[in-house]
Amino acid sequence: MKIIEANGLHYRQLNEIIREAIKNGEQEFKIIGATGQRYIAAGIKNKIKIVIEGTPGNDLGAFMQGPYIEVIGNGQDGIGNTMSDGKIIIHGRAGDIIGYGMRGGEIFIRDEVGYRVGIHMKAYDNLRPVIVIGDSAKDFLGEYMAGGLIIVLNLRGTVPIGKYCGTGMHGGKIYVRGDIDEHLLGKEVSITPLSEEDESELAGYISQYFELFGVKRGNVSLEEFKKISPRSHRPYGSLYTH
Amino acid sequence: MPLSTIFPEFKIIRDKEKCIACQVCVRQCAFEAHIYDPEKDEVYSDDSKCVGCHRCEALCPTDALNIIKYPFDIKDNKNWTPGILNDIYRQAESGAIILTGMGCDKDYPIYWDRILLNASQVTNPSIDPLREPMELRTFIGRKPRYVEVERSQERDTVKVKTQLPPQLRLETPIMFSAMSYGSISFNACQALARAAEEIGTYYNTGEGGLHPDLYKFGANTIVQVASGRFGVHPDYLNAGAAIEIKIGQGAKPGIGGHLPGEKVTEEISRTRMIPTGTDALSPAPHHDIYSIEDLRQLIYALKEATEYKKPVGVKIAAVHNVAAIATGIARAGADFITIDGLRGGTGAAPQVIRDNVGIPIELAIAVVDSRLREEGIREEVSLIAAGGFRKSSDVIKAIALGADAVYIGTAALAAMGCHVCQKCYTGKCNWGIATQDPYLSKRLNPNIAARRLVNLINAWSKELKEMLGGMGINAIESLRGNREHLRGVGLEEWELRLLGIKPAGEGW
Ligand code: SF4
Ligand code: SF4
Repeated sequence: MKIIEANGLHYRQLNEIIREAIKNGEQEFKIIGATGQRYIAAGIKNKIKIVIEGTPGNDLGAFMQGPYIEVIGNGQDGIGNTMSDGKIIIHGRAGDIIGYGMRGGEIFIRDEVGYRVGIHMKAYDNLRPVIVIGDSAKDFLGEYMAGGLIIVLNLRGTVPIGKYCGTGMHGGKIYVRGDIDEHLLGKEVSITPLSEEDESELAGYISQYFELFGVKRGNVSLEEFKKISPRSHRPYGSLYTH
Repeated sequence: MPLSTIFPEFKIIRDKEKCIACQVCVRQCAFEAHIYDPEKDEVYSDDSKCVGCHRCEALCPTDALNIIKYPFDIKDNKNWTPGILNDIYRQAESGAIILTGMGCDKDYPIYWDRILLNASQVTNPSIDPLREPMELRTFIGRKPRYVEVERSQERDTVKVKTQLPPQLRLETPIMFSAMSYGSISFNACQALARAAEEIGTYYNTGEGGLHPDLYKFGANTIVQVASGRFGVHPDYLNAGAAIEIKIGQGAKPGIGGHLPGEKVTEEISRTRMIPTGTDALSPAPHHDIYSIEDLRQLIYALKEATEYKKPVGVKIAAVHNVAAIATGIARAGADFITIDGLRGGTGAAPQVIRDNVGIPIELAIAVVDSRLREEGIREEVSLIAAGGFRKSSDVIKAIALGADAVYIGTAALAAMGCHVCQKCYTGKCNWGIATQDPYLSKRLNPNIAARRLVNLINAWSKELKEMLGGMGINAIESLRGNREHLRGVGLEEWELRLLGIKPAGEGW
């Protein structure tokens, strides 16, 4: 395992060290003292493992396709931007625009996230992106979502989602625990109960969450969840005339 | 009879004497304007369906067809034209937004036609391009403020010490603008790629991802990253010679894109990486970019993801505040800025946006170049102009106004057979260009189309050299931003001021 002391390093140097080490066959990294360095592991295709202590900066794992990243601390904005594959685990909370345009892989966030999370996530073939949020999300969750899955566990039992959730959504689904105020939703989505298939999928992610973060499960039951899904795959089908 | 009758735009004239009822026109017209009547063994036509693409006319073996503008007998009215009325009828029926294709076709001033070039006479001789070498080679990318060189001890060799930022090398300052696989056929994409390779220039993937069979043209490809992030992954980013972040497009500034589900075929689904049949929606903004700082963040995310090996540029539509926006983009770290003017084309856009939003590219180039110079950062960014370039003289005037290179879209499609019928959004392009229907797209032979593209660019390049030589200039580089070589005719004071050119008749 390669240990990198990040304190004082510019992101460009930090990423160069990682890429260089990958070329020399290194598979495991530990970055200590991260102080907001952006773009860690951006565009990396190798199945490496990176544990980060401290706070990585924006666009952690942007465009990446493979790495496993664990942050012992909070994350900032743009985590997993347009990522295709891999896994990101945040032992804390994360900022805005998590998983924008994400096509595959998984992001687990122990606590809450900010605004614009999961916008335009999309699924393709056997790629299906998943974001699991321990607490709540703010406005614009899952806007224009075209595929994949977002789970809001709402473990603190507050208001789980913000306004404009699922606006323009035309694929994928969002499972939310707790009551959803209909007025918070975009026009293109509706609330339905979970199917059996949904429930078994959800149960899997819930156990994974508790395993990953080692927190007590408490009384989270599947009945408390609702599903937000698009009314149509063609929300704007009749918007235009020829 | 419906309440509102749509006025036909075209009249199909069939010479009964010549027509042999061979039904070529029936097969050629995807809009089903020609109908065969087996009982009478005759072909007849429905004018209302014709979009004026002239395909049937071109292919009729006996030359029996002639497509003309529909002669109207309604009272002539400058305000309530048949076109305006048609739109009202259509919207009264559908309650929907009117879609269209190609660039704005309205009568806004085309400044290229009001700008004249200079030529040498007596006092400085012109250069004969047939005899002298003429340099059209252009480099796109950030230029260093100064170059440090190192002489060897013996002072006989010189080495450049400064590390040059990545550059695109164009053999002629003309590239093919972003047209996605999806908006145009695979054959059309392939023709553009091949032609770019042969000419030594670049084509642009648009926001539709890159088909696996086109990766081999990577050295001549600019890959685009748009708000939908379709088909964007590490291999895609690394496949091209440069990356262009698409913020806006001249045909539809401020709004997103929308490839309808019907067009997301198996193959398109594979390159865009979305399931077949779902709408490919590109949101209006990139939702990770709400400011210049955010833009900088994406520019550097892309540079990190591609290890600083490629220029990363930003494409915007020419809008009112374009100069200030462009300097912001330059300061955000972009290596090139693409500005797409009012007349820039598209595969599909709401007509109301296409025809009413933006500013002409001529003014945009001039004000952006001036502003970058004023701020002393002109060399830090290259300027690519796009939107309605029709001929080599438009190109050379753009360069003299301050552009480094231009993108051509519609002109390239025209070279492949497009007749600018503006029906690209229907997916029924009879010329096999803006369609995914294999029956139609196989009409476009990529070999022939590539050859025609190469011919067009070669012809324009020769003309560029002629004009340059006439001005006594032997390198396009020396013309860039050299507005003394331009003069305006029939322009108002304010237009001359914004274009930064003198009126014709005024000397140095
Ligand atoms: S749409 Fe084209 S092919 Fe069809 S009738 Fe008109 S000109 Fe001919
Ligand atoms: S590409 Fe085809 S549909 Fe579009 S304007 Fe040209 S000929 Fe018409």
